Amino acid sequence: MPTRERPLSPFMIGQVYKPQITSVLSILHRATGVALAVGALGFAAWLLAVAGTADAFECFRWFLASWLGKAALFAFTACLMYHLFNGLRHLAWDAGWGFEIPTVYKSGYAVVILTILVTAAIWVCALGLGGAA
Amino acid sequence: MNLRDPLATARGLGSAKDGVQHWWMQRLTAIVLALLSPWFIYFAVAQIGADQFQVRNAIAEPLNATLLLGFVIAMMWHARLGLQVVVEDYIHGWLEIALQIAIKLVYAFATIAAVIAIGRIAFAAQ
Repeated sequence: MPTRERPLSPFMIGQVYKPQITSVLSILHRATGVALAVGALGFAAWLLAVAGTADAFECFRWFLASWLGKAALFAFTACLMYHLFNGLRHLAWDAGWGFEIPTVYKSGYAVVILTILVTAAIWVCALGLGGAA
Repeated sequence: MNLRDPLATARGLGSAKDGVQHWWMQRLTAIVLALLSPWFIYFAVAQIGADQFQVRNAIAEPLNATLLLGFVIAMMWHARLGLQVVVEDYIHGWLEIALQIAIKLVYAFATIAAVIAIGRIAFAAQ
């Protein structure tokens, strides 16, 4: 019997399901996870440059001080903070806590607010310390 | 009602044999990363504007080298496990197999590179 082409769940959001904070935060957890995994490779490359030649280190320093580098670092910080706070939410669920729908919504909004506040605080410190460097 | 084969319960393994291990390592590495992330952010921000020798000296501090190694190894492991699940969910056929192998190799070598780099910095005579 031939199987029909059926819609699969991630592709139903938008067309069939209305986006909800629960689904949007869940998708964001995966998206930020993938972004951080790519960033982890960049961090390993930076460590090699620190251990390596002066030219390699200067190359990284020049890039990270540029607007594009700063934007990448900012995105990495925001992704890390979101994935960290939402990850703690997942660990709480794994332990059996916070499954009631009102709690899920409250913890979801808490994750978003914490991500914005802590990312902003880190960058206030970073820009205050480094300035243009 | 429990539909599991009693023998499977006795052996303590699911159909995939190592699914529980994958789940546990994802959580264990998550706990390590949650504990070390505040230190990592503090350490990273402290390196802003530092030259190569200052960064090397900071990493070479035994406590910093220890925490950084723990953070990087947990991060690479966690990333590998997470990417594996994303690929399992959304990509199928030969591309899936190729990507799964590529992910394992890339993250294994990234871990080795990071350990070598930190080790070289930590053990080099300053």
